[in-house]
Amino acid sequence: MEAGPVLSVRDLTVEFPTRRGTLTAIDGISFDIAPGEVLGVVGESGAGKSLTGTSIIGLLDPPGRIAGGEIHLEGRRIDNLPADAMRTIRGRRIGTVFQDPLTSLNPLYTIGRQLTETIRTHLGLGRRAARDKAIALLTEVGIPAADKRLNAYPHQFSGGMRQRVVIALALAADPVLVVADEPTTALDVSVQAQIINILKRMCREHGASVMLITHDMGVIAETADRVAVMYAGRIAEIGPVSDVVKRPRHPYTVGLMGAIPRREGGERRLRQIPGAMPRLDAIPPGCAFNPRCPEAFARCRLTRPGPMEVDASHVACWLYDPDATPTPDFPPSEDDEGDTETEWQTYTPPPDPDPQHAFTASGEALVEGPGRAFDLPQSDWRKVTRP
Amino acid sequence: MTDTIDHDEAVAARAADPAAASETLVTVEHLSRTFDVSPPWLDRALEGMKRQIVHAVSDVSFTIERGETFALVGESGSGKSTIAKVVVGLMPAKGGSIVIDGVTMGEGSSRDVRALRRRMQMIFQDPYASLNPRMRVDKILAEPIRAFGLMSGRNRRARVAELLEAVGLHPRDGRKYPHEFSGGQRQRICIARALASNPAFLVCDEPTSALDVSVQAQILNLMKDLQDELGLTYLFISHNLAVVRHMANRIGVLYLGRLAEVAPSEALFSTPRHPYTKMLLDALPDVEMSGRARTPVTGEIPNPIDPPTGCAFHPRCPLADTRCRAERPELAPAPDTPANLVACHAVEEGRDRQAA
Ligand SMILES: Nc1ncnc2c1ncn2[C@@H]1O[C@H](COP(=O)(O)OP(=O)(O)O)[C@@H](O)[C@H]1O
Ligand code: SF4
Ligand code: SF4
Ligand SMILES: [Mg+2]
Repeated sequence: MEAGPVLSVRDLTVEFPTRRGTLTAIDGISFDIAPGEVLGVVGESGAGKSLTGTSIIGLLDPPGRIAGGEIHLEGRRIDNLPADAMRTIRGRRIGTVFQDPLTSLNPLYTIGRQLTETIRTHLGLGRRAARDKAIALLTEVGIPAADKRLNAYPHQFSGGMRQRVVIALALAADPVLVVADEPTTALDVSVQAQIINILKRMCREHGASVMLITHDMGVIAETADRVAVMYAGRIAEIGPVSDVVKRPRHPYTVGLMGAIPRREGGERRLRQIPGAMPRLDAIPPGCAFNPRCPEAFARCRLTRPGPMEVDASHVACWLYDPDATPTPDFPPSEDDEGDTETEWQTYTPPPDPDPQHAFTASGEALVEGPGRAFDLPQSDWRKVTRP
Repeated sequence: MTDTIDHDEAVAARAADPAAASETLVTVEHLSRTFDVSPPWLDRALEGMKRQIVHAVSDVSFTIERGETFALVGESGSGKSTIAKVVVGLMPAKGGSIVIDGVTMGEGSSRDVRALRRRMQMIFQDPYASLNPRMRVDKILAEPIRAFGLMSGRNRRARVAELLEAVGLHPRDGRKYPHEFSGGQRQRICIARALASNPAFLVCDEPTSALDVSVQAQILNLMKDLQDELGLTYLFISHNLAVVRHMANRIGVLYLGRLAEVAPSEALFSTPRHPYTKMLLDALPDVEMSGRARTPVTGEIPNPIDPPTGCAFHPRCPLADTRCRAERPELAPAPDTPANLVACHAVEEGRDRQAA
């Protein structure tokens, strides 16, 4: 008998009421995370990655609200729970790791106090046992002389060490799921690799599934079992990581993979996707990617594609409609690469009709350009700043 | 075409004269720069706190040939941005010399220096912060043309339109304000502004680090196209080795304000010699999922106020020995791969290859 998914998200829709009407930031997405699985969620800033994460952990910033769909954790519906019940779930069943470790750590308390409090609240251990568990956790995440570091404050640690403490804290109550949002984005290259390894190992050893949100396809390729590629609040493609990375099917994923400079070098030009992701108030009808897509055809501009099954993946693209004939030749094979290249580059995005206005009902003008326009929830806006 | 003639001529002249093709444009020698980060005088006096000096850049030397891209790569605090600012003259050096196009910075006649400033521009990481939000884009682009007295009136307007088109924007976009553009478009505006004075040399500090990967591809492609068209020389600064590999002819790897290794891009990636270069390469995520073998990365960058003795990398280096802790290694051609200039005792002694 197979165990059910740890997390199940069905038709999740997140909206923001604004003075100018309601904006749909997440538009009906569905996915599961299996026990022990690492699901990567990748996409450009504003695609809705962080919003998906904050919806799951029940920390959506108002006025954002879940307007439709359901979220189930271990078979139990959690999207409609009262705040205090959700708070318990957050510490006990779902751990969190954010880009900035200081989001999770209180600067005024020693890390020992923060760890033992979490352990005692959620696991009901005594003082002594909680302390021992805290030391064990810190040792596991590679903090040397952990017993002596319990009395240190967060600011006495380097950025990388702080993120280790956060990982220990996230796993302190043995959760079934860890939601990690850009956990390495603020760190130096050589520290990033270490933190990703620790996160992966800790979750494996403690039997937690992971939802790993990042803009970095390299981190996904190294860490995830499956990956969901988000675009304009929707999932463009979801499937086993090696399929998505080595054989991307959705034209957006194909463009994204081609845009990454490779370690091997050599390529004269990078593949570039013309234009930028649409703003929330300007998502085109049909397929949200259609104005930038070199493969777009009439149907794409009228009807939104649902997820189509392609091998072990699901791809939201009409090119893969099993009922349509003939089957298109996509992704492009090596020899017609040249052709496609030109097409990718000749498209000029239409000028932005009305680029300046604030989005949130509270009047916070977070947002200016099209790319950024998506990040309206302050969470995304603040957290996804690159170093 | 209005004012791009001197570029075209320069490109043509280089094509005709192979000797000129490998002419050195920038020579940086023994550059150093410190920052005083001491607590205020009173605190020092009352609480016995010590003066604290950060050696942001120490004894850095490199050259850049005309028309090439030289990249500096390093993690935070490695001194990349400080070098960029000192090279373009936004900040004075504490020691060493910088010669650009035959003019020594801080020494030439004011006429030479003024001419040099026109020929040298900088592009920054944050396209949001580096454009005046209250100025229309056409004014932003016309400003350097006016300031350097390059053109007037109607010609200036034509030039602004030409610049916008050169970076893939529409001349109509000149009437908008910076906030009306996306991050990628703003970086295009910054590039257009940098090109306005017909520079020969652009210093680019993390120009795509704030951008998403698909937008980064647009900007990197644009920068390469402009380099081909205008014969530009780039000093390209980034923390991202793959980006640097894509852009640069030669790469310098910085660690705590010093050059650890300088090599042609090819050589740096195929035969990295400095243990820190190897560590950085091992830290690069394997996007291709090729499963290449890698050594796990360890340690973090030490506090630059109190750097380790000898070779600053020794606390993290698998090859460190007593000499490394005591004596600072100098940059020198590596045995076996002389294209790599490496500052490492183990490499000099041949220990790096025995160990592997
Ligand atoms: N204006 C400044 N005042 C004090 N310290 C500075 C200043 N600018 C840079 N530094 C210090 O100099 C070192 C190198 O900085 P920087 O050149 O910005 O490195 P990078 O760009 O590689 O991150 C760092 O330790 C940094 O904190
Ligand atoms: S549905 Fe059409 S527009 Fe959308 S990705 Fe597929 S081909 Fe392109
Ligand atoms: S000099 Fe010594 S410590 Fe420094 S990199 Fe070389 S072997 Fe390592
Ligand atoms: Mg910098």
